[in-house]
Amino acid sequence: MNFEFSDEQKQMGAEARRFLAAKCPTTAVRAVLESAEPYDKALWAGLAEMGFLGIVIPEAHGGLGLGYLELCVIAEEMGRALAPVPFSSSVFVATEFLLVAGSEAQKAAWLPKLAAGEAIGTFAHAERAGAVTPKTIQLSASEGRLMGAKTAVADGEIADFAIVSARAAPGSDARGVSLYLVDLRQDAVTRTTLQTIDPSRGHARLDFTGAVAEPLGAPGEGWSILEQVFDRAAILTAFEQIGGADRALEMARDYALERMAFGRPIGSFQAIKHMLADMYVSATLARSNGYYGAWALSTGASELAEAAATARVSATQAFQHCAKNNIQVHGGMGFTWAFDCHLFYRRSNLLALNLGSQSQWEDKLIARMRARNTAAA
Amino acid sequence: MNFDDTPAEATFRAEVRAWIDANAPMELKADLESAGFGSLEMKGVDAMSVSKAWQKKKADAGWACLHWPTEYGGRGATPIERVIWGQEEGPFGALGGVFIIGHGMCGPTVMAFASEDQKRRYLPPLAAGEEIWCQLFSEPAGGSDLAGLRTRAEPAPDGSGDWIINGQKIWTSGAHYSDMAILVTRTDATVPKHKGLTMFFLSMKTPGIEIRPIKQANGQSGFNEVYFTDVRIPGDQRLGAVGDGWKVSLTTLMNERLSIGSGMSTGFPELFELCSRIETENGLAVDDPAVRSKLATWAVRTTGLKYTGFRALSALSRGETPGPENSIGKLVAGPTMQEIAMFAEDLQAQAGIISDPEIATANGRFQAMLLRSPATRVEGGTDEILRNIIAERVLGLPADIRVDKDVPFNQIPTSARA
Repeated sequence: MNFEFSDEQKQMGAEARRFLAAKCPTTAVRAVLESAEPYDKALWAGLAEMGFLGIVIPEAHGGLGLGYLELCVIAEEMGRALAPVPFSSSVFVATEFLLVAGSEAQKAAWLPKLAAGEAIGTFAHAERAGAVTPKTIQLSASEGRLMGAKTAVADGEIADFAIVSARAAPGSDARGVSLYLVDLRQDAVTRTTLQTIDPSRGHARLDFTGAVAEPLGAPGEGWSILEQVFDRAAILTAFEQIGGADRALEMARDYALERMAFGRPIGSFQAIKHMLADMYVSATLARSNGYYGAWALSTGASELAEAAATARVSATQAFQHCAKNNIQVHGGMGFTWAFDCHLFYRRSNLLALNLGSQSQWEDKLIARMRARNTAAA
Repeated sequence: MNFDDTPAEATFRAEVRAWIDANAPMELKADLESAGFGSLEMKGVDAMSVSKAWQKKKADAGWACLHWPTEYGGRGATPIERVIWGQEEGPFGALGGVFIIGHGMCGPTVMAFASEDQKRRYLPPLAAGEEIWCQLFSEPAGGSDLAGLRTRAEPAPDGSGDWIINGQKIWTSGAHYSDMAILVTRTDATVPKHKGLTMFFLSMKTPGIEIRPIKQANGQSGFNEVYFTDVRIPGDQRLGAVGDGWKVSLTTLMNERLSIGSGMSTGFPELFELCSRIETENGLAVDDPAVRSKLATWAVRTTGLKYTGFRALSALSRGETPGPENSIGKLVAGPTMQEIAMFAEDLQAQAGIISDPEIATANGRFQAMLLRSPATRVEGGTDEILRNIIAERVLGLPADIRVDKDVPFNQIPTSARA
């Protein structure tokens, strides 16, 4: 039994933590939150230089050619630091789409640029409020051109390209959904910046008016490809959430030790201690479930889909729980703009939605457990 | 990152498996696998005698208390080997239920504080299940506040060096079938409460001990009240120094939480199975989105505990001490089991009230779970005490301010009669 990251992987995490502590203090997160800057360009360049943008990209395509365990370790540190950069869009999602379904030409064209931080990729999926299902994909693809709109696209204002889900065949089922790789730097794409609950990460609406698009993967395979990529991205995002949850718990603990009320540190009151103990429980369960996901992702285990939903549901719970109770422990100060609590609260609620809602992942988890039980019976 | 045994672990596992396959009471396997909560009922056999027979068989072949030194009846095995044994023993492990307190708590305390002669006399029969031990700690006035206990130990007036015990213990598991016990008492009421305690061990056959079973809220009787009237304990059966009883009992309690918290069931697989065959208005329960949402929450708690355990095992496998994350086991499993039991009842609706195992859904498993689960949240440290432990020992928060900290014990206000 060796259900743990290796010493080399832990060292890599420690290196990332040192780097981010220097280059991404919360003042850097605020600089993006409070300005029109869509992301921290200097930090992005630094991450590229460290090689962190191409961890799983093969060396032949300019990456480090390392494994997913290494990427999980880095993802956790990005989450701790609330890094205001398009890391999840480019690394967890766009890179995975290319690795899972990209043609050799598409990989050769984009992976080296993604690894070097010279291009930013993203995914455009939702079109309206409500869970995205095959039926809600109305943006149409015809003869290599896209017509329609996508909303709440992460990094939509800065991405060089997007993977776009589109309806390529009439009807409303999953088989009519195909994926397209679209260069967003064309006149037939209009980007509109959106005001969101977490302005430290940019989001946009994208309007496609006959935009040129090339297929990604086989026609009609779109839904099944995106399910695979979402599972992989969910595990990586879970580590981002685990990092954020741990940091929020530490902030609350530190404040409870230092803040005095009624002549004693508030951390000596059982009401506060028990709240912090429960946060620790959530964070610990999420970490253990995250390890399960990391193991499945790194080994390509047959339980990958179930492990992904497990890691996702658990990490979303933990980050939301720790971030909201971090504010509660801070009391009124936690609700000020000046304290950092709201940065974590915002990010926890953003990440809870960015690959589909919690209730969708809960549904997937039970459907997958059921499928496994049925297969076993 | 992998779940594989090391070559040495794989060799050990193969050896364990071969011995169990050749020696375990296979005729009891089916009954043991469907054993209920808080009771071990097997048709046509006496649970105590088959438990003792299995334990003796294991001891004779060197498979009892694996992590204990061989001279005390163990095998000198590593912690990970002990875990592998437990995994392979599977349902037959339920036969060890009556020995858990002795092996998990009394034994380690005796090992840490008794004389060499005493260890050689008492530990091997304890390991072999020939002598069963219980733990006389909790009292009516001292549960979570264990150090508030009032059972008195006084030097015998005849100057023999013996001690005379008077008082009452409560919640003693298995007192009615135990041969021996460890006992924590108050030897000095004029000093603050933690400083006036002393630990002993004694025979449960000593004159002056009276045992009365407690009828529990769920109708079963696994615990007892134990009364002491002028019970005499030889002076050499003291464990640790006079006044050091608190320190000694912490040794016991740390072992208690480790053994209670490891591998606890939440009832999730049973609930999932129920949801896969019980019908609601809209089809199978497992296909209902509202049911799925609840199931998912309990599923991730259950897998989270499983993999938290695996992380601890990995530390053991590397020869390290597991971190504090294992302390969450009972705190998560107890409330989860109660929530799951209540939800399983809800799915059964009106018929959920039926607890008769002959006719109830799932052999009355959920009804038994419902009625037993409140105890899980209390025994071996309440949910609230466990949260204090996590907050203080893991997160480093200050201990609660104790108004009785520096007050002589006999001046502390109490709701109990002195």
